[in-house]
Amino acid sequence: MLKRLTITLLAIVACCLGSQAQDVNDVTLGLDTVQYLENVVVYGRKPYAEVIPAQTLAGKKLEGLNSHSIADAIRYFSGVQVKDYGGVGGIKTIDIRSMGTNHLGVFYDGIQLGNAQNGQIDLGKFSLDNIEEISLYNGQKSEIFQPARDFGSAGTVYIRTRRPKFMGNKNDNFNVTMRTGSFGLANPSLRWEHRFKPNLTMSLSAEYTYATGQYHFRYRKKFSDGTIAWDTTAVRKNGDVQAFRAEGAIFGTLDDGKWNAKFYYYDSERGIPGAIVNNVWMNSQRQWDRNFFVQGGWQQRLSEKFETMVNAKYARDFMHYNNPDTTLMLIDNKFWQDEIYVSSANKYTIMPDWDVNLSVDYKWNYLNSTLTNFSYPQRHTTLVALATARTWRRFKTQASLLYTMINDRYKTVYQGETIAHHSKWMHKFTPAVFMNYQPVQRYDFYLRAFYKRIFRMPTFNDLFYTDMGNANLRPEYANQFDVGFWYQRLREEGFFTGLKFTADAYYNTITDKIIAVPSGRGQYRWTMMNIGKVRIIGVDLNARATMHMARDFNVDLNLSYTYQKARDYSDPADTGFGGTYKGQIAYIPWHSGSVVGRATWRDLDVNYSFIYVGERYSTSCNERSYHQQPWYTHDLGASYTFNLGKTKLKVAAEVNNLFNQYYDVIINYPMPGRNYKLILKYDF
Amino acid sequence: MKTSFYYIIIISFAMALFNSCREDEVIYIKEVVPVTQPEFTSVEGFYLLNEGVMQHDLASLDYYNYATGEYMRDVYTDANPTVVMELGDVGNDIGIYGSKMYMVINCSDKVEVVDKRTVKRIGQIDIPNCRYIKFYQGYAYVTSYVGPVVLDGEGSDDDVYQLGAVFKVDTTTLQVVDKCVVGRQPDELDIVDGKIYVANSGGYSQGAKIGYENTVSVIDIETFKEIERIPIAINLLGCKCDRRGILWVSSRGDYHVTPSMLYAYDTQKHRMVKSFDVRVGNMWLDGDSLYVISKEWSSLSQGYANGTYAIINTKTLEVVNEQFITDGTDARIVQPYGIAVNPITKDIYVTDGLNFVQFGFLYCFGQDGVMKWRIRAGNIPAHIVFLGDNINEQ
Repeated sequence: MLKRLTITLLAIVACCLGSQAQDVNDVTLGLDTVQYLENVVVYGRKPYAEVIPAQTLAGKKLEGLNSHSIADAIRYFSGVQVKDYGGVGGIKTIDIRSMGTNHLGVFYDGIQLGNAQNGQIDLGKFSLDNIEEISLYNGQKSEIFQPARDFGSAGTVYIRTRRPKFMGNKNDNFNVTMRTGSFGLANPSLRWEHRFKPNLTMSLSAEYTYATGQYHFRYRKKFSDGTIAWDTTAVRKNGDVQAFRAEGAIFGTLDDGKWNAKFYYYDSERGIPGAIVNNVWMNSQRQWDRNFFVQGGWQQRLSEKFETMVNAKYARDFMHYNNPDTTLMLIDNKFWQDEIYVSSANKYTIMPDWDVNLSVDYKWNYLNSTLTNFSYPQRHTTLVALATARTWRRFKTQASLLYTMINDRYKTVYQGETIAHHSKWMHKFTPAVFMNYQPVQRYDFYLRAFYKRIFRMPTFNDLFYTDMGNANLRPEYANQFDVGFWYQRLREEGFFTGLKFTADAYYNTITDKIIAVPSGRGQYRWTMMNIGKVRIIGVDLNARATMHMARDFNVDLNLSYTYQKARDYSDPADTGFGGTYKGQIAYIPWHSGSVVGRATWRDLDVNYSFIYVGERYSTSCNERSYHQQPWYTHDLGASYTFNLGKTKLKVAAEVNNLFNQYYDVIINYPMPGRNYKLILKYDF
Repeated sequence: MKTSFYYIIIISFAMALFNSCREDEVIYIKEVVPVTQPEFTSVEGFYLLNEGVMQHDLASLDYYNYATGEYMRDVYTDANPTVVMELGDVGNDIGIYGSKMYMVINCSDKVEVVDKRTVKRIGQIDIPNCRYIKFYQGYAYVTSYVGPVVLDGEGSDDDVYQLGAVFKVDTTTLQVVDKCVVGRQPDELDIVDGKIYVANSGGYSQGAKIGYENTVSVIDIETFKEIERIPIAINLLGCKCDRRGILWVSSRGDYHVTPSMLYAYDTQKHRMVKSFDVRVGNMWLDGDSLYVISKEWSSLSQGYANGTYAIINTKTLEVVNEQFITDGTDARIVQPYGIAVNPITKDIYVTDGLNFVQFGFLYCFGQDGVMKWRIRAGNIPAHIVFLGDNINEQ
């Protein structure tokens, strides 16, 4: 029994910490066991499978966080900044280690979410409803058996949806959830999991979100003597959102293999509340999004030494932007994106401690739009990744080389006539090396280091947006050097059942950074150029302690801290007052951090989280006009689970921004003050 | 067990301490920077309106005082600390009339009215998407992109467009008293011989079927009705009338194949007198000299053209100086944006918008084209008006 428990435990831990790693045979697990284990053991004995471990949020810990979207949850990771335009429907993008949103790859159930149009994934659109685990990797997932695309970003976030788990001989699980609260939120969701046979399961889930998005915000300024100069409170308008999501997946296990297929559909309409400026307190722009994809994967061990994996995806995204405000330019633009993706990864084990992998991916992107004089760009991307992993006793290393071949095809259209067809080719090789060393066998103390060079392609908007794009853009490079260590101590008994500490120092450079520059007199005209240069020195610290307070009473505490000096080296002549040379780049705080504390007592779960983002500037001109105050929010949540026979009812309440701090993440985009949420979850 | 609880309490307190990190936002008081030697003429100083990049609410007002040789930043917030959200978003034009100064704040949909000496706020005139301002006999005339929406033909997206308007404002009551519909997206205007000339751009229809506008609207001031449309060139921006009744109109071009151009139209003879193949971003009329600056990007050639710093003699209609900056300073100017010439000393002021997201520069050149000084202004320094008795009415 104990042995079985240990195996299951390891399996779960591998699943939690090893993230995407091999699918655990979840089918054998009972739900109670899972919960039991989650409550007692938070750490794994064998997370060593990864050369550079990820930051992960999973299971109950993820559920306990007061987060509506994936972006909200990612804020708790170190080294990450979220650009948040506020509210339920506001855009939320992630910037990892100051390299810029476009350098981050976001993977949903193993396959990257693409946005060839602007390269940014709005993680505010992904709710946490169906999510089991979120992992963040600096560099890349240090796993060589993966598609070539997984080697292609400076940092990656892996989002994994819930896998069906069945208890005993129960073949169907149902979950009904209702969330409501501030901003006029109504957010029901449904999930059905079904087991056809032990090796074939499926899940279907649907969610609807409605919010008026209205909240109070407050701006004020004082005289230097502390008296109020002006103080105003208003209601954020046109932040309403309506979204429907449906998702289905089917999972199969084979002898020495597994497969899965899924679809995802998201349909939304939202108001774009816009910036608050003098005399303008409301905007009326609207946006509609429809995202659809189908994807599948098959993984098979063909012999003792050879394992293969095939993935494929088709995605179609539609975006419609409308400005009906007759005091501004009338805009009614529609965009359609298509992506086809196929990948083959092949791992060969030369020796038990030496693996090699060859992955080949092909991707096709197309952007269509109602914009006039549009270029109708297509991009053919072929990626070949050669990777190897080698272990010499306590020293592990991985190296990969990625070859990227890109062919962009587009037209020059002028006054509705196609003037010319273009085809541009690009070839690049980019390497990465990861190392991990355990100095002493007895201690879970590991030193680690990595180097990675990668680039991001100019997006279709960068290149071809009518009149603004610059077709001559080159890729933007990111170089990363990282050294760090991690240490953990686990005990079966005593007060501290687990302690974990990680520290990393890094130096990143961004060269040929693509930035918008004015293209003539008047603010309506910009163009994109490869003129930016950024150097980033940073430190990420994480500490975690698990405390056993009393019988059935455990406390888990997480601290993270990030220091970043991200300086603009673009123009050495631009010094002195108002200059940008060596200025901290836009929206990167020097200091940021978070504290998450979670206490569990039997079926009661209390979660407290604190996020701190230090002072920043909205541009790399670090003068008072651009100064942004620090902000910090305290969130508190509690939940209780009632076990009603074979069913469970969970009641949860959250208070976010407890001290009602009014703040902006992006200048003139006010964030909500104190807000509440109530969640009811019924599992049967 | 108990100690650990204290531990947590202590940590919570530490958290609470973070609260002290956040400071109150303090209003900007003016910054005074000595620049150069005092100078005493009837021109007391000039105001520089910094546009502020869109959505940042960063429009700001600076003042240069000739009598002290000092440059003062943020004189508007200094004089009006209690105005909510400060001066506003994108200052597009500035003018002085009588004792009042008017600032056209484009994306704040208002014209801000202040006392021309104290900068104390007098009031505001709400005009949506307002662009440029001129004065005539007790009234201010303001162009605005907002006029009636027109549905043409089948009513497909392409056929919906919006006309612009000129708003007539009583300068004593600060009330809009009348509107006159003109072409699409009207920009600069000028008033001569009882007529208002308005440069229509049609900039919102860039690439659309309907295309750019190519006319100057003529409004009879008496009836306040549009009486004529003079075809000049596409996408017009600047419109200044010299003392001989020649209307100097600039076209932005189409940013592709057609470059920006300058046109001289004789309002008395009702005919085009000359077109100039010079690139025009902005211009300033001083006596018989028209100063022209520009630096533009061509999306066809994917590059910047060389900067233009030219002077045109409005009497001879000749380019008399192709490079009024003579000391090579033009190479330092990234994005020439604003231009002004002191009516007495003839010193030339050129602003540099740089990358539009940081503080730009104000350059001062003597008539010899040698830089006298430069100073950081605000975000996108752009529009200059001189202060002094009887100089604004010239």
